[in-house]
Amino acid sequence: MADDKDVLRDVWFGRIPTSFTLYQDEITEREADPYYLLLPRVSYLTLVTDKVKKHFQKVMKQEDMGEMWLEYEGTPLKWHYPIGLLFDLHASNTALPWNITVHFKNFPEKDLLHCTSNYVIEAHFMSCIKEADALKHKGQVINEMQKKDHKQLWMGLQNDKFDQFWAINRKLMEYSVEEGGFRYIPFRIYQTTSDRPFIQKLFRPVTAEGQTHTLGDLLKEMFSAAVTPDDGEKKYQVVIHGIEPVLETPLQWLSEHLSYPDNFLHISVIPMPTD
Amino acid sequence: MPSSLLWAVDVYGRVYTLSTAGQNWELCKDAHLEFKRLTSVQQCCWGIAGDHQVYLYVHSSDVPIRYQEETYENQRWNPVDRFCEKLLPSDRWQWSDVTGLKHQPLDSFRLPSEHWEWEADWYVDENIDGEPTEKGGWTYAIDFPATYTKDKKWNSCVRRRRWIRYRRYKSRDSWAKISSQDDGPLPDPFSDISAGGWDITDEPRGHLSLWAVSLQGKMWYREGIHHHNPEGSMWTEVTTPGEVVQISCGPSDLVWAVLWEGQLLVREGISRENPKGSSWVVVDSPSTEVGAIHVAVGINVVWAVTKDRQVWFRRGVNSHNPCGTGWIGMVGEMVMLNVGLNDQVWGISCEDRAVYIRHGVTSSELSGKTWRAIAVARDDDRSRSGSANSLASAGCFFSGEVRVQSSVMNDAESSSETERSQAAQSTSPTHADAMKRRIPKVTSDSFISELVSDKERKPGRDGRDGQTPSIQEEGAPQEQAFADQETSVELLPQSSSQQGARDPKWSNVDLEEAQPPLPAAASDTTETSSLSSVATYNLGMEEQYGVDEHPLWAWVSGGGCAVDSHTHLNWFNASTGVSSSVQSMSLSITPAQTAAWRKQIFEQLSERSKREMENFKHYEQAIEQSVWVKKGNMQWWRDWKPNKWIDVRFALEQFSGTDGNRDGILFIYYTFNDEKKYLHAFINEITVLVPVLNDTKHTFAIYTPERTKQRWPIRLTAATEQEMHDWLALLNLSCCDSRGIHGPPCKQAIWSTTCKGDIYVCEPPPNLEAVPYPLPCDQMFWRQIGGHLRLVESNSVGIVWGIGYDHTAWVYTGGYGGGFSQGLGSSTDNIHTQTDVKSVYIYENQRWNPVTGYSSRGLPTDRYMWSDVSGLQECTKASTKPPSPQWTWVSDWCIDYNTSGGTDREGWQYAADFPATYHGYKTMKDFVRRRRWARKCKITTTGPWLEVPPIALWDLTVLPCSSQSSIEEVALWGISNKGDVLCRIGVTQQSPAGTSWLHVGTDQPFKSISIGGGYQVWAIARDGSTFYRGSVSAQNPAGDSWYHIPSPPRQKLKQVSVGRTSVYVVDENSNLWYRQGLTPSYPQGSSWEHISNNVRRVSVGPLDQVWIIADKVQGSHSLSCGTVCHRVGVQPMEPKGQSWDYGIGGGWEHITIRGNSQEAPRIVMPVPAENTLEKKGSVAEEGSEGGGRTASISSVLCIKEEELNGNAVSC
Repeated sequence: MADDKDVLRDVWFGRIPTSFTLYQDEITEREADPYYLLLPRVSYLTLVTDKVKKHFQKVMKQEDMGEMWLEYEGTPLKWHYPIGLLFDLHASNTALPWNITVHFKNFPEKDLLHCTSNYVIEAHFMSCIKEADALKHKGQVINEMQKKDHKQLWMGLQNDKFDQFWAINRKLMEYSVEEGGFRYIPFRIYQTTSDRPFIQKLFRPVTAEGQTHTLGDLLKEMFSAAVTPDDGEKKYQVVIHGIEPVLETPLQWLSEHLSYPDNFLHISVIPMPTD
Repeated sequence: MPSSLLWAVDVYGRVYTLSTAGQNWELCKDAHLEFKRLTSVQQCCWGIAGDHQVYLYVHSSDVPIRYQEETYENQRWNPVDRFCEKLLPSDRWQWSDVTGLKHQPLDSFRLPSEHWEWEADWYVDENIDGEPTEKGGWTYAIDFPATYTKDKKWNSCVRRRRWIRYRRYKSRDSWAKISSQDDGPLPDPFSDISAGGWDITDEPRGHLSLWAVSLQGKMWYREGIHHHNPEGSMWTEVTTPGEVVQISCGPSDLVWAVLWEGQLLVREGISRENPKGSSWVVVDSPSTEVGAIHVAVGINVVWAVTKDRQVWFRRGVNSHNPCGTGWIGMVGEMVMLNVGLNDQVWGISCEDRAVYIRHGVTSSELSGKTWRAIAVARDDDRSRSGSANSLASAGCFFSGEVRVQSSVMNDAESSSETERSQAAQSTSPTHADAMKRRIPKVTSDSFISELVSDKERKPGRDGRDGQTPSIQEEGAPQEQAFADQETSVELLPQSSSQQGARDPKWSNVDLEEAQPPLPAAASDTTETSSLSSVATYNLGMEEQYGVDEHPLWAWVSGGGCAVDSHTHLNWFNASTGVSSSVQSMSLSITPAQTAAWRKQIFEQLSERSKREMENFKHYEQAIEQSVWVKKGNMQWWRDWKPNKWIDVRFALEQFSGTDGNRDGILFIYYTFNDEKKYLHAFINEITVLVPVLNDTKHTFAIYTPERTKQRWPIRLTAATEQEMHDWLALLNLSCCDSRGIHGPPCKQAIWSTTCKGDIYVCEPPPNLEAVPYPLPCDQMFWRQIGGHLRLVESNSVGIVWGIGYDHTAWVYTGGYGGGFSQGLGSSTDNIHTQTDVKSVYIYENQRWNPVTGYSSRGLPTDRYMWSDVSGLQECTKASTKPPSPQWTWVSDWCIDYNTSGGTDREGWQYAADFPATYHGYKTMKDFVRRRRWARKCKITTTGPWLEVPPIALWDLTVLPCSSQSSIEEVALWGISNKGDVLCRIGVTQQSPAGTSWLHVGTDQPFKSISIGGGYQVWAIARDGSTFYRGSVSAQNPAGDSWYHIPSPPRQKLKQVSVGRTSVYVVDENSNLWYRQGLTPSYPQGSSWEHISNNVRRVSVGPLDQVWIIADKVQGSHSLSCGTVCHRVGVQPMEPKGQSWDYGIGGGWEHITIRGNSQEAPRIVMPVPAENTLEKKGSVAEEGSEGGGRTASISSVLCIKEEELNGNAVSC
């Protein structure tokens, strides 16, 4: 049987084929071809779209180019969400490649954060990891790491170096056997139908009696509508990394294996496709 | 650590055991007796039963307890009758012992007790000093007594032969009564017993000191208890200065006793020579007002209880000062205490009669921290405590089962609700009677300590002064008749009154006693007692029985219970017990539990990858692959002279090759003559990474084929242990990546161990045994597997076993990694904690001078007075550290009497001068002497190994076979560390650990064993003689008899290895021998042929490949010992091969080639079609794991061939 390590690799090396098309109202000197890329699911849009920017630069005047932002079917894409999450949340069950529209004007200030450089992404990424570790180990593991270890996590993500990243990240995934898991599971539940950006609460991997909590337990408590009642119709899909883990999956295992590099379990709850 | 048992007796005299791995008290298997006192050690438990007789319970084991009886038949030659039984009048008896002084004909031998049986009839021993004798077993001499030889000479006037017969101890897993002795003073009934002393001496093996106290206050010592004689031989009285009530004996030389008057006695002078000790010292009671009533001793601790139930700890106790220095009062009130292994303390609380363990007892804090109650249910009252249990276990694995069972009971028994009061009793009249008798009897005993205080006329707590002395007086001598109801009736009011007053818990006992008619009345129902005892509890009785939730204990003994402050026990409350069992469920392999969701995730992920990536492979990657560099500072043992450690910068550059394979280069930047220079090594050239951790430096060595030839690795030292491990983990991963090695080793893998106990494995390339051009041995890539082992043996269907330095047997779980390579280099399942224990030795050296005799004042030129074996390094007791930070001390320094050459009684060995050969006795010419001190240390690591308890092994062998073989059960033989030959039953690919051992009888202890591909079993006895086991087959796994094979002249053999047909042995002088003349009809062969010297160990594979560990292998830079060497040119018609090829070395200890059954392609040529087919077949059989992995090889030559193969398969 496959090893749990293979899950980590599969998660890391997940790619989404994407076509980038310039927004029709952007002023160009000549027609711009779409640009095709395989985007790493675990990375961030602004971190991996330098090539896109360069591509459209060729057909545009420098003065017409503001800060690049991306949009899918009218929804501005938040760069500070991992790519896989954005795709699962907005574009699950659609035909591939993923058609992203590229904008250089009219930055949607109320929807998106500015991303002036990779330092901003790094700062965001590291703060997520720290938050996650605060939940998991009261922040002890991340705080005991050296600066270079932090750097290695980031460089691993930036350069798509699985080994480099996991050499350090495994320490963040350790827990004492006695406790049976992390202190709290770092998770966020997203839905497109709500105004709330996401649900995030304290939730332990095991009950006070020592029973393991499953994905189902989490959803029941956080978003019970997502759990299909025994007799009812399935209304929602619960998606992580493009797959729907069964609700019996232990949460601790999920947290260790299906978390994004920021150490959070980003769970998308999306309505069942109607067709 | 194997599970071990805590023993206890409840107030009804029932004996229970609690396993360190278990979660409930189990009723002793042989439960027909009630006990008063128990004293347990690892191999057995002694007890005093209700009849005041001593009983012995020996745990069953796959290895029998055998005792060899021997006698000699003597004959003298005369011209008329030739050799005959007519001896001269001055001669010895015709049948005698070895000295000839004792007359012992065959029929004079009797079984010592009813617990023994003869194994077979008498037979003649045909072995003299490892050499086979002529048929008939006669050995000849000129006269009695003289030196006997196996050859009859012209002057041989007398001859003798040795007859042997084995008897076997049969009463295992049951209480065997120790019959009262026939001669000597007959001890009166015993009242207390204590076993210990197993650490005093290791010869004879299994020695125990058993001390007992009689009702009259006399003390007795049981003589002659050892492994082959578990019952001991006789009681001898030990005089004491007063009447003794209780005694306690520790594992080593501590023996304390309590006197009626309340003082304590300490035994002095206990030693290896005199385990009984010589004299007594009196120590006053801890309290001036009240005397002591109970004492418990361990290795370095003494605990006592005074009559007011206070607990005391004795300060300053050690083997030099067995009396200690003073008492410290401890918290808690206890009825009794017991000190077990590792000085752990057990007690029974006065208040609730629960068993407590002293929490936090460590070697630095012997008095521990707190008392912790052991709260686990008994197996026979699960449903009673089930009220708490089933709640806690709701949703737990087995709770459903329990519920179903109890509900069934409810239905079945609904009519007999009234029987609820039968509680601990049973429904049949006889059982009820038995129970009635039980209560008073044990009550009187468990309060024996109170009786003590009564005798002293101290007012009891419940004012029953008047009664108790009379109980004592009549109770004691009448124990035989105690099984009568009258007695119990007589005692009844006494016990109930004291219980009622003293302790509310006892009211339950009253309840039970008050209602004996009820069960008797209802007793005509036919259900079994066990049924009713389950049923009676769950009918609304929980409140009533809530008080009796936990059993009431009378006695506990932890002398066989191996726990220490780190041991994880599931004993303390039901809910933690459940949670940990749930946890272990999720951690261990429980396919039924996890497969569903896990399988789904695996499937969905690969489906997702397919969906999202398959059609878009032509898309550009968003992130370009680049070089990744990791740097660090280290020290390097520089290549040129003078060699020394110099500071270097160390960098690993990794990049992805065009084929997607990862690769890298290692750089070492150093400065030489102010000039910056560097040294580099390609990651794909590295053949092995060896950690060389010691107590001062964190060093590791890097080998490449070139460096292996030079016998000069790149040696680097990291600043900290952690840094070294991080680097090793990273380099290891890089090396494996660059060679495309992932996951567990294949079944064909070659395993080896180093002298540090590190385990290495090599994926054998297909051309490893190619003729005429095999892969050079120095190009083999070895990766480390977690764990610590002395040897590993395997075969090609994936059965891998190992033996630790402490002789523990381990079976491979199929995982990889562990140890330092956590994270990516390690599998998540199948990795377990592993421990090992070994001894560190130092030498005490002395020189004789005319004034003071031997003293620690040596000559100025002498070695250090405390040194290592060479004498060059100073090693004092205080300065010697464990081998590396991974090891911790687990014992104190003690004299080692088992040094080769022998020792005198104080462990000294003598010689004319340092350094020389030492002997164990002093002569006129000896001016120096030395003795060896040993101290045990322990390592705790992780690896893909699971313990195979309980028998410790010395050697083992697995049947070599081809990887396609369809054998159901794989033959696996072992030799226990006592020298017993064992055959493992039930070893299959699915359960490589097998099920049990089958003992194969031998006349002497063995040390090495090997089984060949055709079930040829060869073995070597400890005296160096060789044996062949006849008629072993798949159907007859243990074979039928041993055939003695003469050794090469004047050589004692050490190790044997048997391949498909070849048999090789190594002797004690490091010569390698090949057995000539083996044929199917004559599998024993005809003679030995010398092959090589300087050989430490040999492993012959399933294709008759020969690999050895050799010493003194010359490299271009230095010499290496413990080197892996490969015999090249071995072919079916040339089984001895031609020459040696030298591989990795410098500290290698063991290798097994016995898993590698892949035939090499004969000639390296474009791959013929049939070869391709074969390849395909093997891939199909082994799945992706094995087939793909064998592709990982280092030489260019093979890769080419492999690619061809690969193409052919995929077409």
